[in-house]
Amino acid sequence: MENTAKYKVSLLLLILALVICFVLNISLGSVSIPFKGTLNAILGRGVAHDSWEYIVWNYRIPKAFTAILVGSGLALSGLLMQTLFRNPLAGPFVLGISSGASLGAALLIMGSALISSLFSYGMVNDVSLAVAASIGSFSVLLVVVVVSYRIKDTMALLIIGLMFGSMTAAIVSVLSYFTDAEKLQQYIYWSFGSVGNLSWSQLLLLLIIILIGIVLSIISIKPLNAFLLGENYAQSLGVNLKRSRYKIIIATGLLAGGITAFAGPIAFIGLAVPHLTRQIFNTTDHKVLVPAVLVYGAILMLICDTIAQLPTSANVLPINAITSIVGAPVVIWLLVRKKKMIF
Amino acid sequence: MNKKITTHTALKVENLSIGYFSKKNTTVIADGINFKLQQGELAAIIGVNGIGKSTLLRTLGNVQAKLSGSIQLDGKGLKSYTPIEMASTISVVLTEPLASKNLTVVELIALGRQPYTNWIGKLSETDKTKIQEAISMVGLQSLKNKKCYELSDGQLQRVMIARALAQDTSIILLDEPTSHLDLHHKVQILKLLKQIAHKTSKTILVTSHEIEMTIQLCDKILIMNKGSHEFGEPCELIQKKSFERLFPSDTVAFDPKTGSFKIKK
Repeated sequence: MENTAKYKVSLLLLILALVICFVLNISLGSVSIPFKGTLNAILGRGVAHDSWEYIVWNYRIPKAFTAILVGSGLALSGLLMQTLFRNPLAGPFVLGISSGASLGAALLIMGSALISSLFSYGMVNDVSLAVAASIGSFSVLLVVVVVSYRIKDTMALLIIGLMFGSMTAAIVSVLSYFTDAEKLQQYIYWSFGSVGNLSWSQLLLLLIIILIGIVLSIISIKPLNAFLLGENYAQSLGVNLKRSRYKIIIATGLLAGGITAFAGPIAFIGLAVPHLTRQIFNTTDHKVLVPAVLVYGAILMLICDTIAQLPTSANVLPINAITSIVGAPVVIWLLVRKKKMIF
Repeated sequence: MNKKITTHTALKVENLSIGYFSKKNTTVIADGINFKLQQGELAAIIGVNGIGKSTLLRTLGNVQAKLSGSIQLDGKGLKSYTPIEMASTISVVLTEPLASKNLTVVELIALGRQPYTNWIGKLSETDKTKIQEAISMVGLQSLKNKKCYELSDGQLQRVMIARALAQDTSIILLDEPTSHLDLHHKVQILKLLKQIAHKTSKTILVTSHEIEMTIQLCDKILIMNKGSHEFGEPCELIQKKSFERLFPSDTVAFDPKTGSFKIKK
């Protein structure tokens, strides 16, 4: 209670760091644009080269915004899942939502090749890919909701999520065994994850999805805090268990499903950011944690993206690999240092 | 023993049958339960393992549904309570572990105020005062900012009691609050509960295996047996030889003079 002021200062500092990371992310890239030139382009002042303005506004800024949305959304969905499933290792991948998206994408890219007589070859594009991934993630979510209605045990739900992951991996390997190299490559590129391919209109759609997820999370803050005691205690505090669980699960699905649909599977952000945030904000109160993970997730994703684009070189590394390289050691470090993982 | 002028009935249970519903059949765990608790009383439910003590407590706390019979709180049926009214009338301390042990003591106790806070859970001045009262009543001032994983079992149990106190209900139900504790801490917890009941006029009902202690400390005892249940003041029950029937006579025998059990050799 007395720490509220301290948390506010920390949050403000984090927001400041976010702004710095945002500008830094935009000013670095394969084409080297001087920092001043980037600032001028952002602020709409004249710049030395027209191409700079084009690069900044049509490539770098949408990419930076995508990174912010992806990082915030994944981090928030991770936080929701850790509390809901009472498991510090929960993240968007564990529920199987990301696996569902991967399955949708794999079926579209590789499955359409197998039955190419029925479909025209040109149907696999960014939009159809996003639709397929969304359908995949939401079908898994639907199954999870049905299962969670029948099984009260959240541990069983986690195992079911993991089984979805195995099933997806199996189907993908069967598909890739029969598919040609070109289609396989297309799927593998999707599974690398990317925040760079979104147009402004796609970005708007992603923004709406994530905002709905955030609003659902904010109205669930009180039940989320009660869930820290356990479900029976939450009920004894007057929480409507079923309705709260649905709200939180739908928020998770929208956040993780929507992001995976647009940006591909991106690992570890959802799992690691809530734990990193708890290092700064020494509280379990979701009133503090929800805004904090949103900002922290955005910062980490911007940093990962800055590394991924290998400034000044023409190569871009797969973002999914970078988040894993950054995320996995963080989780190990937390485990070793604190000897146990708690949420 | 206690001079209580107020004889306001806080909890009245009539012909209650408890157990579990499933699609195919209903499992009755215990039936024909009758008892009445007055405001400000500390009462215990005792009985052998598996007799249905916890089930009864969970049914009273509305964690699970009753099979038949009636439960009345302050003369009103349990069914007519909304979840929020229920949460401000009955608080519980269960045996299940906390979902998150990363909560600090004060955060955990503050969660007891949820039935009274606004949509986002902002604590008002009243809430803060109630939390402070609960902390000082249970003597947790020095542990206030500790994390729950740093606490011993006895300390954690006191924190859970403080949380129930902060919930400010007229009835507190505790499921085996003294299990896993040593003799000193068992007595400490039960004495604390008695003190709370008498000081704040809350009705406190615990399940316990500490028969000898409950005889000494509780105002009323409900003995659950297969078939029949007996309820009354400890001395009455001793006179009625109710405790003798609790366990098979070839293992332990009850000594009415000392109020304790002796192992048969």
